[in-house]
Order: sequence, then structure tokens, then C-alpha cells
Amino acid sequence: MENIAGQRSGLNWAVNITVVLMVVIWLVPTVGLFVSSFRDRDQISESGWWKAPLPVDLTFRTRVAADTQREENGSFVIEGNVFTDPAQARWFPDQTGTVSHFGTRGAAPAEFDAGQIVDLRTGGTVTIEADGTYLLRNDEAFERPVTLYFEARTAPRFTTGNYNTVLSADGMDRAFINTLTVAIPATVIPILIAAFAAYALAWMDFVGRGVLIAAVVGLLVVPLQLALVPLLNLHNQIGIGQSFLGIWLAHTGFGLPLAVYLLRNYMVGLPRDIIESARVDGATDFQIFVRIILPLSFPALAAFAIFQFLWTWNDLLVAKVFLPSGSATQVMTVKIADDLLGSRGGDWGILAGAAFVSLAIPLIVFFTMQRYLVRGLLAGAVK
Amino acid sequence: MPPVIQGVITILVGVFGCVAYFYLSNWVLDRVIFPAKGPNPGRNINRANLVRPWLFLFPALFALGLYLAYPVVGSFYRSLFDRAGTEFIGLGNYIDLFNESGFRTAVFNNFLWLLVVPALATSFGLAAAQLTDRLSWGNVAKSLIFMPMAISFVGASLIWKFVYANTADIGLINAVRDLLGADRPVDVIQIPFWNNFFLMFILIWIQTGFAMVILSAALRGIPEETIEAAIIDGAGPFRLFFSIKVPQIMGTIVVVWTTITILVLKVFDIVYTMTGGNFGTHILPSYMMTYMFRDDGRATAVAFVIMIIVLPVMIWNIAQARKELR
Repeated sequence: MENIAGQRSGLNWAVNITVVLMVVIWLVPTVGLFVSSFRDRDQISESGWWKAPLPVDLTFRTRVAADTQREENGSFVIEGNVFTDPAQARWFPDQTGTVSHFGTRGAAPAEFDAGQIVDLRTGGTVTIEADGTYLLRNDEAFERPVTLYFEARTAPRFTTGNYNTVLSADGMDRAFINTLTVAIPATVIPILIAAFAAYALAWMDFVGRGVLIAAVVGLLVVPLQLALVPLLNLHNQIGIGQSFLGIWLAHTGFGLPLAVYLLRNYMVGLPRDIIESARVDGATDFQIFVRIILPLSFPALAAFAIFQFLWTWNDLLVAKVFLPSGSATQVMTVKIADDLLGSRGGDWGILAGAAFVSLAIPLIVFFTMQRYLVRGLLAGAVK
Repeated sequence: MPPVIQGVITILVGVFGCVAYFYLSNWVLDRVIFPAKGPNPGRNINRANLVRPWLFLFPALFALGLYLAYPVVGSFYRSLFDRAGTEFIGLGNYIDLFNESGFRTAVFNNFLWLLVVPALATSFGLAAAQLTDRLSWGNVAKSLIFMPMAISFVGASLIWKFVYANTADIGLINAVRDLLGADRPVDVIQIPFWNNFFLMFILIWIQTGFAMVILSAALRGIPEETIEAAIIDGAGPFRLFFSIKVPQIMGTIVVVWTTITILVLKVFDIVYTMTGGNFGTHILPSYMMTYMFRDDGRATAVAFVIMIIVLPVMIWNIAQARKELR
């Protein structure tokens, strides 16, 4: 339908622009968090990620010790350079920089332009030049150290520091392994169970088949919330308790309706001739299933495996209920939602890093196996 | 035992256990119980074939029964008891819930979510499917709109928390407001009532790709003669879309709509991560989690209320499935 009649070129423009706009809205938030995860944590809170390649004005604090003062024409003077303060070494390793503004109060750290001479609250005057040299002057001796604030331009800095912190200090490495430990068995186990059941529902004749298929369709929409309390109690009674075994069983149970439904829909569509000629040749149902149905159903099996993997990897609810809450068993979603958002709530670099550690595998799976995912969706929803 | 090794063992036991079960149970059926020899081989083969489907079905039926069917009954039964689970209080938990203003807010918000999220996700999905259909870079666009499907609700919440952040130096929304000359940043998550829509948008953002993929396939499945005929009769692009295409894919639109509706009733992650239910944003799934581990009676009562809301969709789904089978 490339060049159908009635197509207007003006409309083409509108279509292109609308789609661009939509893609931008759908992509930009993720890109923003991704860019932020590589920015320095000081810079994240001072300029938007969309300005990440530009220099950032950061404010710093420096303490001027009173013991370096000298007397000069009857007044006391302290001289020095703000950039030589070891506290600033992280941003100004070569001890040079450009001060744009400075201040004497923490509440207004960039109150004055560089070079201005202003009064100190504790008496005397102060000025900071653009090159960072400061000069404090007072009629009486300075008794206590003076705290000065200044604003200086810093080069944009990209680091993997956030990822290092998240993985080492915040325990995301452990959570990553835990997530993997939950997701893989919970993906593998339901597949075979569901495949046998789907074959029976698709190709074997027995009384009650229609009822069972309807039941599977019904169970497809049962809210998970219903299962939480009774099953946790059951697990506690039979001694599984909150454990990995418990969550594998739970995910297996919860994933089965979709697996059976999806695989049955696919298997029903396989050519009848192949199966019947195998029967005529004396193959048993078990042989037909293993030798013919299973290999032919590979696309549907792959589709379900991807779904189940993404679902178990991304799940928060089941992990919260069926796994103990200690850090030894926390999965990444629980770690982020319960731990990091609480303790590191304002630390965007850490949060962004943690988010991308948890998103990396699903995104790789998504972009490499999108074909199967789409096929699976279509087999499940429209026939 | 470290969980990783435990996991490997579970996979092996699970997979080989399954294979062994199916192989051995078939072997026992064919060789021991109803062998195809002896006095009546024919009768034995028929009987074996009567039993075999149930061998194939048993593990799945057992797991489905235990993990999904039993909880429906089990949860309802538990919701009739008090917090300790010892005293029968009838509908006491439900009555108490309806007297809580928090619960009423959650129900109200939940209906808001049920109205808004499926409607917008399906419309955006339909629009995306139609608009990308003829573009040369349509597949790239589709892939990017589909991408949030792979992202966890927690991850998506973090992504949008960043967009909604309360300063113009972090949050895009406040940055745009700043650009337009607003004095102070706003915390959109704390605006009463409207904050719900900001949370809903996260789920819409995730689900649009799903709707788009399915509706796009449906659009491609429309017989081309109908479209050509409409064009020859002089239908414009909008008329073509709304009067010719949409009616033909109505069935699929309804399926997408109901699937997203069901999902809305399961998702507690977004509210939990974004607000923890504060600022009047609770929905039933998140409200249930406030009682989980504290009061099983109340928690199961909330869960059963969700079940009641799902019920019409479930019945409709089953009716559809039965219609297809005939």
C-alpha cells in the first residue's frame, strides 16, 4: 500500500512528525536515566542530563584557617587560593580553576561576583578573585577559621563510579545473582509441564477437554493477589517457608496458565497429516510428542520462555512475599524498591546505576529475541 | 547450600523429573497395567488411550489447582476470619474495609485506573500501529515504542521518578515549566487527584507497545479489497481508518483492552515504588500489600474484592474461548 490513491503528501509529514514525537516520548525518559547513570553525582543534581556534555557550575566550600594570618599596616590579612584546598582536589586536581561567584553563607553560596569586596559577618572584609585567590582583611586578629563558599565551572565528567558503588557497596551484585537464581529455574520448569498438558489439550480426545480449556482461560486472569496468603501459609505448613524453592514453585504455578494456553494455541495449528501419519506408522503419543510436536513447537516454546523470563526477572510482588526479606536473598527489584529508594532516595546516580544493572539483561533479551516475543504475543492474543 | 547450586540442582531435578515422570508413567501404562498383548490386546490399547491424556495433564492440573484454583477458595475462606485466623467473623473484614476511607480511595482510584489505562494504552497503541504502518522507518519506531515492555515496573517507576523530579535541574517536566517561565518547581506526585494520572501514565507507557504490536498485526490482516473499494468510493484517510479499518479489527481491540484491564488489577509495583500509597494514590493491589504480613484476614478480603472486579472479564473470556472451540 505504498502509493495508494488519496494519499496526500501533507498528511505524510504529519504522520512522520507524530511518530517522531511519540518515539521521543517513549525513548527519552530511559535515555535520561541512562545518561545520568554515567554522570558524576555532584553534577547530576546541578544540571539536567540533557546538558550533560556542557560544563557545570558547582558550588564548593572551603575553610580558611586563622593561623596563616599576618599583620600588615595595622590590619590582619589572610591570603591564599581556594583551589589549593585539598578538599577540592577531586574537581581541581591541578589546583587551578575559575571562580564565577562566591558567598559567605551556606544559604547563599553564590551571592557575589568574583572580585567584589564584601563584609564578613564575623568582622572584616573578604574577596575572591576569578583565579581563586582570596584576601581577607580585618582590623582585629582572626580568631576562628572562616568558611567561604564559591561557585566554579567544572568540566563535564562521566564515570562508571555509580556502577562501582552500586555493585560493591550497595550489594547489587548479590541481588543480581539472586534474581538470576530465581528467574532461570522458574522459566525452565514450567515449560515441559505445560508442553505435555498443551499436547493433551490440543491433540488427544477425552471427555472434559472443553471444560479444561475453558478453565485454563479462566485461570489466566485470576489475580495473583489471591494466591499470596493461602500459599504462603501452605508453604509454611509443609516446611518450605520463604525460600528459593518456594518462589520457584510459585512462579511455576503462576506461569502455567499462559504457558498451557499459548502452547495449545500453537500446537492446534500444526498440520494434522504429520501427526496422523505418525500414528498410522505405530508411534505412541509419547513418541509423537517428543519427536514431532516438541521440535515443531520451538517458536512457541521460545516465546513463552522469553515471557516467563522477563516476568520472573522483573517481578516484585512474588519476590516480596515468597522470599525472605534479608539482603542475602533480596532480588534486584526488591533491593531497589525497598532498600535503595529508602536509604539512597536522593542519590540519583546510584539509583540510575542500580536501575540499569537490573534492566541490562531484559533489554538484551528483548532486542535479540524480539521476533519470538512478537510471535508469542500474537499466538496468545489473536488467532 | 548456596542458592546458585540449589538452583542448578532444581533445574536438573525439575527437567529430568518431568521427563522421567512422563516416560515412566507411559511405560507403566503400556507395559504393566494395560499391556498390548495377552487375552484382549485391543481392549487394553483402548483403555490405555483413555487414561493417557490424564497422565499428560496431571502435573499441570495439579500445579494449576494448587497454585491458582485453591487460592480462590482459600483466600475467600480466610477472609471470613479475624486477624489471628481463629475467630469466624463472617463479612466483618469486608464491612470494616468499606468503612475505611483509605480503602474507598483505593477503590475509587482503581476504577479510575481501569477506565483510563486500558483506554489510553489501546488508543496510543492503535495510533502507533496505524501511523508506523507505512513509514520506511516504521519498524525501528515500533521497536522503540515496544521496548518498555522489557522494563520492570520498578525500573519504569525509577525512570519516571526522574522525569517527575521536583527540581528543574533533574526533572524534565519542571525543566520545561522553568523554560516556560514558571517560578517554582512543582512535585507532580503530590498534586491531589491529578497525581494518579501521572502514575497511570507509567503503565500506559509500558503497555502501549503491547497494544501496538497486536493491533498492527490485526491491521495487516484486514483484507485489502475492502480498503481498495473504500478508496475508489472516495473515502479519505480518516474515514478509511475509522469506518473501514477499526470496525474490522474490533474483536482484537476488545482482546487488547481486556488484557490490559486485567493487568491493571495486578500491578502494585508502580504505586509502591512511586508514592508508597501516600498522597491519596493507593489502588487495591497496593492497598492489599499494606495488610500483607500484618493482617491476613484483611489482606485476603482486599484480594477477594479484586477478584470480584475481575470476574466479569473472566466470564467473558471463558465465553469467548468456548465459542471458538465450537
